[in-house]
Amino acid sequence: MHKLKATNATRLLGFILLGLFLFYLSNTVDELRVYQGATVAMYVIAISSIILLTGYSGQVSLGHGALLAIGGYGAALVRNNFNAPIWIAFIAAILLAAFWGALLGATAARLSGPYLAGTTLALAVGLPSIANQFKFLGGEQGLIFDIGLPPAWLGQTFSQYKWFFWIAALTALIAMWWLQNLLRSGYGRTWRAVRTQSVAAELAGINIARSKILAFTLSAGLAGLAGAVLSMTISTVSPGAFPLSLSFALATGAVLSGVTTLGGVIIGSVTLVAIPEIADVVAHQVGASENATTNLPGLMVSGLLIVAVLFVPNGPVEQLKKKRSK
Amino acid sequence: MFQLLNTFLIGITAGSIYSLMAISMVLVWRSTRVVNFAQAGLAMLSTYFGYEIIHRFDSYWIALPVAMIAGALVAAGIELIFMRLLLKHSSQGAIASIAPIIATLGLLGLIKSIIGYFWGNQDVIIESPLSNVGFTIGTQTLALSPMKTFIIAAVVFMVLVLTFIFQRTNLGLALRASAYAPEISRLAGIKVDLVRTVGWALAGAAGGAAGMLQTANGNGALSPDSLEFSLLLAFGFIAAVIGGLDSLIGAVIGALLLGLVLAFVLTYVGGSLVFITAFVLLLVVLLIRPGGLISQKAGRRA
Amino acid sequence: MSLFIENLSVHHGAIHAVNNVSFKVEKGQLAALIGANGAGKTTLLRTLSGLNKATHGKAHWNETNLLHEKPEQLVRHGVSHVSEGKSVIPELTVKENLEIGALWRRNKKEMVVSLNEVVELFPRLGERLEQRADTLSGGERQMLALGRSLMSKPQLLLLDEPSLGLAPLVVEQIFQSIKDLTSSMGITVLLVEQNAMGALKIADIGIVLNLGSIAVTGDASALIADPQVRAAYLGY
Repeated sequence: MHKLKATNATRLLGFILLGLFLFYLSNTVDELRVYQGATVAMYVIAISSIILLTGYSGQVSLGHGALLAIGGYGAALVRNNFNAPIWIAFIAAILLAAFWGALLGATAARLSGPYLAGTTLALAVGLPSIANQFKFLGGEQGLIFDIGLPPAWLGQTFSQYKWFFWIAALTALIAMWWLQNLLRSGYGRTWRAVRTQSVAAELAGINIARSKILAFTLSAGLAGLAGAVLSMTISTVSPGAFPLSLSFALATGAVLSGVTTLGGVIIGSVTLVAIPEIADVVAHQVGASENATTNLPGLMVSGLLIVAVLFVPNGPVEQLKKKRSK
Repeated sequence: MFQLLNTFLIGITAGSIYSLMAISMVLVWRSTRVVNFAQAGLAMLSTYFGYEIIHRFDSYWIALPVAMIAGALVAAGIELIFMRLLLKHSSQGAIASIAPIIATLGLLGLIKSIIGYFWGNQDVIIESPLSNVGFTIGTQTLALSPMKTFIIAAVVFMVLVLTFIFQRTNLGLALRASAYAPEISRLAGIKVDLVRTVGWALAGAAGGAAGMLQTANGNGALSPDSLEFSLLLAFGFIAAVIGGLDSLIGAVIGALLLGLVLAFVLTYVGGSLVFITAFVLLLVVLLIRPGGLISQKAGRRA
Repeated sequence: MSLFIENLSVHHGAIHAVNNVSFKVEKGQLAALIGANGAGKTTLLRTLSGLNKATHGKAHWNETNLLHEKPEQLVRHGVSHVSEGKSVIPELTVKENLEIGALWRRNKKEMVVSLNEVVELFPRLGERLEQRADTLSGGERQMLALGRSLMSKPQLLLLDEPSLGLAPLVVEQIFQSIKDLTSSMGITVLLVEQNAMGALKIADIGIVLNLGSIAVTGDASALIADPQVRAAYLGY
């Protein structure tokens, strides 16, 4: 079979087409769906950052929620104190999270498997409560993160949610495009070498610690960006917006996407947003007891996760590829 | 001075409960090389079984051993049905490093939903079987009540029993051998699969005890979304990692250290810094000793 | 009473690690399985002890089908495999390393008797019973691995490269004690060795593997004398 060679130009074209499709979609569906679309875009960024970290450089993080929080706070602080435009706030979020990611990565490079998981878990548990300690972070209530109304030239009917979605989707597309190019570069190969054959990679002259720290830094930057987008959609940043369950949800999303396939990330993101909704519908259809309706979403997410890990461990995209090559 | 003593007592009590949880994490880690995040869910489920017993027979003293047995059976069942499948399907590639973590997180969610379905999401109450009012010396009240005394004594007893099993019995030798070198153990005739299941069962029992004691130590409230159990999970795990994950003694030392440090921070610095203290403590320990306080293996690679 | 192998093949994916191998070792004999690196020796041995799966063929020890049982079951049928290198558990003490070989018998008294027997055979181990195994020298570790195997009262001993990483003088000692022990106890041995000359010297029969297939078999003394075998496999 003749295979179309994906060059940078064709991939860029693909992303632009995807953007146009999303643009069309945002004009046809209702407000709730548009809002959910923005959440999906946020998950796309956050899950890609996990895929970069786990699938490529082989490190585990259960504390990405904390890095999202750093990004969210960074963006809000810059926006509120300097009245900076939204894109400056986003860049600030990336830089701040990447800075902390580099520090964490320097620690992480010394740790393996469960020790790293434990450290990042402790971070996710510990970091949000820092906000209560410092006045300028706004305590329990957190900070307002208001990006302002959509520009007037978009028209009267252009809603705030649609504006969120546009920004989130554009950000996600740019982030994905950048990440895709990064993973196809020498860095991507280096990370894979370190993950699968660390001893061989070291003998081949790769500085393993540096490669791991770099991956952690970049992954943290992406997570910070996702945090800024998340804060934008809910207009605030507070400790409560980054619970432990968010970190777990991101890990779940990464597994559903397939940890080594960036292409699957949209599947994981949509699933994370859709599952509670589907469960809700199912529960109401069955008309079961209150206990059943409150617990069905959780049951479905967990069940799906377990099934995915047991039977489609490498994600739906890899699974399809495998089937086709057989 | 008196405050110092009380802080110490609070730290020891909390630390001894964490140590049961840490021990159960260590037992599972040693037998299957899996960090079991579902352990908190298992502990919670066992505690609900305990609650049912208290409800029927009105006795915490029957409920405690029943909860431990229930924990052991459920944990063994999970290992038999679930972990064996997992190790078979997801032991290769990038997923191998996170599959067990993700899977046990999934199990945690599943267990919580099941609890919510059967018992509802509202609090149920387990009354403390002994007085939670501290002993008094003169006009001062000690942070040591009959209940807390029992908790510390029970944990000490269980740790001694476990140590005896591990160091002095054939089962313990089989457990240790299978943990360090499964293939050699198999070639020596040890039924490693069975031994793993036993390891999980012991962990389940320890977790069940931790849940029952933690609930009675607090305000007695129990719900699937209980913060107490999330803390139990996080602190138990952190304690196990501080201790080195492979060592029972390490788990106990790590848990007591964590309990004491947290208690002192809570009393002398402030409640909002408790979580970040746990993180910093973990970080400091791991930076000095990347394999935990008591790492039994000399740094081996490849 | 014999080890009987017929048309045994083991594949790792597309690679034929062991290809249609047949041979027989009589009770009490010591057979040396030799060949170059990657000839399939270790794979063959691991298959006989249940660690690897055979693709097809037969392998029997007396009435026991070696291909249908797990390693921990085969021990109960008198088959003991000492895996490559110094296969001891470094975190356990010497005594514990020995004891795990007899755990399956579930009989404390027999365990003590066996322990005393092994200590009598290897006095060096007896002096170090309470030490952790990682404090032992290479030769002592190999003795410990052998000792653990003897704790299970084996009738068929599968030995994988006992000489690996040992000094020449120690290798000679180890080979000699393998020879003495097994012949005095009537144990049948299948010895996999890279050190072909050393192995053939103590063996009754020799089996030469090349790229997964049998190249030559015969009496060990005849193989040593055969100029072709000398040139191709013994290196002179």
